[in-house]
Amino acid sequence: MSAQTLYDKLWQQHVVHEEAGGTTLLYIDRHLVHEVTSPQAFEGLRLAGRKPWRTASVLAVADHNVPTKDRQDGIKDPVSRLQVETLDRNCADFAINEFRMGDARQGIVHVVGPEQGATLPGMTVVCGDSHTSTHGAFAALAFGIGTSEVEHVLATQCLMTKKSKVMQIMVDGRLGKGVTAKDVALAVIGEIGTAGGTGYAVEFAGSAIRSLSMEGRMTLCNMAIEAGARAGMVAVDETTLSYVRGRPFAPRGELWDRAAAYWRTLVSDPGARFDRVVRLDAARIAPLVTWGTSPEMVAAVDGRVPDPAREPDPVKRDGMERALAYMGLAPNTPIAEIAIDKVFIGSCTNSRIEDLRAAAQVVRGRRLAANVRLAMVVPGSGLVKRQAEQEGLDQVFIAAGFEWREPGCSMCLAMNADRLEPGERCASTSNRNFEGRQGPGGRTHLVSPAMAAAAAVAGRFVDVRRI
Amino acid sequence: MEKFTRLEGLAAPLDRANVDTDAIIPKQFLKSIKRTGFGPNLFDEWRYLDHGEPGMDNSRRPLNPNFVLNQPRYRGAQVLLARENFGCGSSREHAPWALADYGFRAIIAPGYADIFYNNCFKNGLLPIVLEPALVDRLFGETEATPGYRLVVDLEGQTVSTPAGEVFRFAVDEFRKHCLLNGLDDIGLTLRHVDKIRAYEERRRREAPWLFA
Ligand code: SF4
Repeated sequence: MSAQTLYDKLWQQHVVHEEAGGTTLLYIDRHLVHEVTSPQAFEGLRLAGRKPWRTASVLAVADHNVPTKDRQDGIKDPVSRLQVETLDRNCADFAINEFRMGDARQGIVHVVGPEQGATLPGMTVVCGDSHTSTHGAFAALAFGIGTSEVEHVLATQCLMTKKSKVMQIMVDGRLGKGVTAKDVALAVIGEIGTAGGTGYAVEFAGSAIRSLSMEGRMTLCNMAIEAGARAGMVAVDETTLSYVRGRPFAPRGELWDRAAAYWRTLVSDPGARFDRVVRLDAARIAPLVTWGTSPEMVAAVDGRVPDPAREPDPVKRDGMERALAYMGLAPNTPIAEIAIDKVFIGSCTNSRIEDLRAAAQVVRGRRLAANVRLAMVVPGSGLVKRQAEQEGLDQVFIAAGFEWREPGCSMCLAMNADRLEPGERCASTSNRNFEGRQGPGGRTHLVSPAMAAAAAVAGRFVDVRRI
Repeated sequence: MEKFTRLEGLAAPLDRANVDTDAIIPKQFLKSIKRTGFGPNLFDEWRYLDHGEPGMDNSRRPLNPNFVLNQPRYRGAQVLLARENFGCGSSREHAPWALADYGFRAIIAPGYADIFYNNCFKNGLLPIVLEPALVDRLFGETEATPGYRLVVDLEGQTVSTPAGEVFRFAVDEFRKHCLLNGLDDIGLTLRHVDKIRAYEERRRREAPWLFA
């Protein structure tokens, strides 16, 4: 057989049926479900008198609407509450495994899946959520789907889809001190643009990727969708296996050995052909900060806000001007002179234990700057929270003036009570800086956890390499 | 699903690149557990001057006169002209639900985000890709000509202008077939029940840990 890419292997393993023209029925191994994109799918099932095909493949958790404080009081917003209760009821009715709000394992679906070992190498993983690309860090084929497809997968265990093109993004060399997977992700998006990955599945490779932890790989694959790619992937290596080993849903004993032997084959063969190859030099990536309303609008922390007057493409220039107006920024402002009002450390991009450790390390022994009104840390799951508390990280944050919250999506998209007020400027470890994303009129700058922590302490963006 | 065959409809230009699904339907409206009723909140933050929340009487809210869809000349538009990377961001199917509920049946843009593109077909909404230069021309003509109507013919895969110009667009054969006939994907897939079961049998042997 000719040399195959990792994507080719994963795809081929899951083909159930292929129509003329390439439309394929692809078998889905793991279906993750949350409260926002599933109610209409369950309703559709009921209306058609159908049942889930294989309930054991489904894992559900409420994350978008859950409050991050005073949980004992329940969800105050009745519309949010109804949505979470609807999930609870649907899972109960169809005997689906759900981690409810009071469960220590509850958290953001993309943190919970890997943490439980519900995401395994070689799987196809879907969720009605674009950041499902996160799970590709495990050499799984993972992508976000719409609600009609959620219903389709529930009913048939398959997805009707077509093969993507494959892009390899090679990041070789060593990342500098203070430069993280988040900066690599932003650098990639800055390089290829938010539509650069459209139509592609992306495999991240190269020495800089191999040296990333699983948390870092998840951060990177999480943001593949921000580059337009539905799926991001990293090949299996020992880092992958040692992360998965012993997790609650992971195989054990003889089954583990068999699985691990297969998983080791989940790499692109030497000489495999990619439709596009992009190369980045890790050593040249600086800590990055987004200045606009699209994740591709990114600048090095020691750089400046760009000047639209120098942009020749009129559609782009118009976009830049609009973004600067929304963000309340003047062209050529040094990034390090941008003062912030709030700090958000959390989201499925950066709320894992390693992220919290990196932020705590910067914060330790320091205090929030006087101009920072609110800084919050929202762990990705109840188990991340517990781990952080065992390590004393919560105390580091609290001593510095941060709020230490319960797990959930929180101010990543502000569906619950956590949000920016109009005009407020936030250093955020999340993944989207769209207009109004963190609250109407709110201004989001995407950064790594260490950079967010440094900004919290300084009251403006600072180069984390210098502190 | 509603069929799509041929449409003659008023065009409306939304002249921005990278319009994300958060802008198409802001998150506060995602709390609904229904599939319908999103039309009045399509582009909510751009369309109204106040902040919208679920349950408000939208007919009493102050409209933003500068937002293109609020101009009387675009009332009843069924074809949306858009720019590069339309529908990027979140996977929310509420975005095509809102567009369809508002009355759009087709979108014309140089490109779409993958998940959004996919979701459109599930909802009888046809996303058409045309060359950027062509889209640019359609923008110019729409803005210059009140009452500018386009004819979209899915069978023949063409968009025709009032002046009689005809542009061909590409569409996946299978998707076209489903849209033309208003076919339900789940029904189609369930014709292959035997194949799905056979696949599962084989995988249970090869990779039993997936079924533990
Ligand atoms: S944390 Fe943010 S991006 Fe991630 S699933 Fe939740 S809302 Fe979506």
